[in-house]
Amino acid sequence: MPVAEIDLSIFRSTFFDEALEHVADIEAALLELEENQGDRELLNRIFRGAHSIKGGSGTFGLNDVTCFTHALESLLDPLRDGTMQLDETLADLLFRSTDVLQELLVAARAGTATGPGSEAVLAELRAAVHGPVSAVAVPARVSRAPKPAALCEYRISFVPHAEIFMQGMDPVLLLRNLCALGDASQLVLEESGLPELRELDPERCYLRWSLRLRTDKSALEVADVFAFVEDASQIEIEEIGAPRVEAASAPRGPAVPPSTLRVSTDKLDRLVNLVGELVIAQSMITQSLRDPSGASIARLEEAAVEMERNTRELQDLVMSVRMVPMGSVFNRFPRLARDLALQCNKRIQLELEGGETEIDKGVIEQLADPLTHLIRNAIDHGLETPEERIAAGKSEIGTIQLSAYHQGGSVIVDVRDDGRGLNAERIHQKATAVGLVRPGDKLSEEQIHALIFEPGFSTASSVTDLSGRGVGMDVVRRNIDALNGSIALTSQQGKGTRLRIRLPLTLAILEGLSLRVGDQVFVLPLLSIVESFRPTHEQLRSVLGRGEIVLVRNEAIPLVRLYEVLGIVPEATDPRLALVVIVETGATKIGLLVDELLGQGQVVVKSLEAHYRKVEGVMGATILGDGKVALILDAEGLGRRALNATRPAPLPNRPIPRAEGHVPSPSAERSSVWSSAQH
Amino acid sequence: MAKTALIIDDSASMRLMVAHTLTSAGFTVLQASNGQEGLDKLSGQRVEVIITDLNMPAMDGLEFIRQLRTRPPYKFTPVLVLTTEASSAMVQAGKAAGATGWLVKPFNPEQVLKVLAKVLP
Repeated sequence: MPVAEIDLSIFRSTFFDEALEHVADIEAALLELEENQGDRELLNRIFRGAHSIKGGSGTFGLNDVTCFTHALESLLDPLRDGTMQLDETLADLLFRSTDVLQELLVAARAGTATGPGSEAVLAELRAAVHGPVSAVAVPARVSRAPKPAALCEYRISFVPHAEIFMQGMDPVLLLRNLCALGDASQLVLEESGLPELRELDPERCYLRWSLRLRTDKSALEVADVFAFVEDASQIEIEEIGAPRVEAASAPRGPAVPPSTLRVSTDKLDRLVNLVGELVIAQSMITQSLRDPSGASIARLEEAAVEMERNTRELQDLVMSVRMVPMGSVFNRFPRLARDLALQCNKRIQLELEGGETEIDKGVIEQLADPLTHLIRNAIDHGLETPEERIAAGKSEIGTIQLSAYHQGGSVIVDVRDDGRGLNAERIHQKATAVGLVRPGDKLSEEQIHALIFEPGFSTASSVTDLSGRGVGMDVVRRNIDALNGSIALTSQQGKGTRLRIRLPLTLAILEGLSLRVGDQVFVLPLLSIVESFRPTHEQLRSVLGRGEIVLVRNEAIPLVRLYEVLGIVPEATDPRLALVVIVETGATKIGLLVDELLGQGQVVVKSLEAHYRKVEGVMGATILGDGKVALILDAEGLGRRALNATRPAPLPNRPIPRAEGHVPSPSAERSSVWSSAQH
Repeated sequence: MAKTALIIDDSASMRLMVAHTLTSAGFTVLQASNGQEGLDKLSGQRVEVIITDLNMPAMDGLEFIRQLRTRPPYKFTPVLVLTTEASSAMVQAGKAAGATGWLVKPFNPEQVLKVLAKVLP
């Protein structure tokens, strides 16, 4: 068999993906171990993770990873067999080791250097096993350097052990391998050991051989042929000769890995099948076109229907290929919760739910940061200390629930805590103090809660502990907005807080409502739309210095004339002849004035930024069925753009006292664009 | 006819690398992530060689080899152990279980192919 050139660098990225999964699993097992002291199976799991990383790291020449996992194994070994007990110091060391391991892997993957911290932890690991000073030998690559040899002759005698077959070894193969080293001669088979036929056990070996071999290999290399049978078998090699030089081969450098995603073969198979069906439909169409008769028109139609179905299935499937379970983000939180709880002397139970919920890889990568922030906030500020909780008549252990589930075309992520909740009064005071709210403004509790998402508010760090929510909520909202998602907060003082994040399944395709302003078509993300209606005269108000508002069930919503913002000549300038679309972005609602709603459907999002530049109020563009390009509007940006023109800072919507005689009747005019599934 | 090899390792990346090496050398490859799965995969299937890791969940490599050797079709099938374990005690235990060869990780494709050539007719 020829020894082919095998390039393993293509597996680098798989190795790193897997190794990082192992690190996450080790961490999860360590956390479980805190609950189940001395659980052997958990220790084995941790050991296997480290072991697997070590096994792969050597192949890619990641010596520091190999070295570190080896040290980690050396500590895990005595823990596994019970000669050492896991105490708090050791547990802490193991936790830090997983951090270092992760750091080493990430650095190795990126090709960057690691900080000095890893050396220190490595030293600690070794000290924990061997005491402070000893150094551990790195497992060296076992290689027998070929001793240079001149042509010489060996006399070899080989007496295989009787059980050699049961070891999967055939003595004839050994002889063949031996002969491959050079010229064999005087091969003698000794069969005197053979018993009588009825006593012969065909599974045992009774034969022995002797031969002469003329070769340029060293005695060591000749002996190597018997490497795995040497101790049980009797092998004698007599040698006459002298060494000669051989060249060594240089190792190859690894390539830079691209970002990868694991896809089940099942999905890939289905993809291939679908593409096959598409090809069939395509050929049906081509054939029908070649022969334009009445019958072929029917076939053409049939093929078009088939193709449409296939395309839709293909789209779904391709999207699902990009889907990864939410658990990949959730899994990092138990550790975070544990560390933070220790830091702030709180007792916390983190409940994870719906980790199997799948969402686009791109979304999940950008979701990690805001979610981390929310959990950190919940622990830091949301939950009370055990003493406070007992005083408030609650269980001393605070609970944080993190759950994910599908709802309609979106994924909902809930972060719930049973902590102190928001203090609306304090938030209101603070907002007034920093000028977000005018003194005397009456706000509903919901509107007050929404204030914490305002940039001007959440940077005011002094409120954090009072409000029960930390800084940076505006950043969280921006992150979620960037994902075309939304975030809403409900809180009850003394009972807890719930943050609900709604996310689209994917960033590449968007469920949109197309609408017309003048002769231009635009698309609005359906996720942000609340309702649409033709306003009556009574619903429209002009507020001095604040522009126009539209009243919806007693709620005053700023009205934005899209044609003004976009600079288009509209069909109607009188709102009563046009339509208002209420969109909700984060905490605020705005009403957009448009000429006509054209219908809803999926649109493929093309980045405007990548091809032109970022435009506030526009999140991208899409190509419509008729080939025209339509801009996809970003309701939040539009609102900011429109409202900033009339007001110094974005303000939450004010409730207006019910006007006498004018009770808006929403049911009559309201034509909701929501399908029930999305509500 | 292509020779068939069974690769048993709980690390998917390791399996992929060994599989890639073997398919490059013309083998048909079966894969399993632990000993039990390896035995299940076999169930009468013809294989010319087996490469197994030692430390795996569900059923480790040694137990796999022991059980394999009790099954008539695989009594004499060459089994190479590919592991980070290099201690002589472990190697002895491997031999006693019925291992044909011992390869110490880091995995080196050339080395594996060389050893394979030695244990296959």
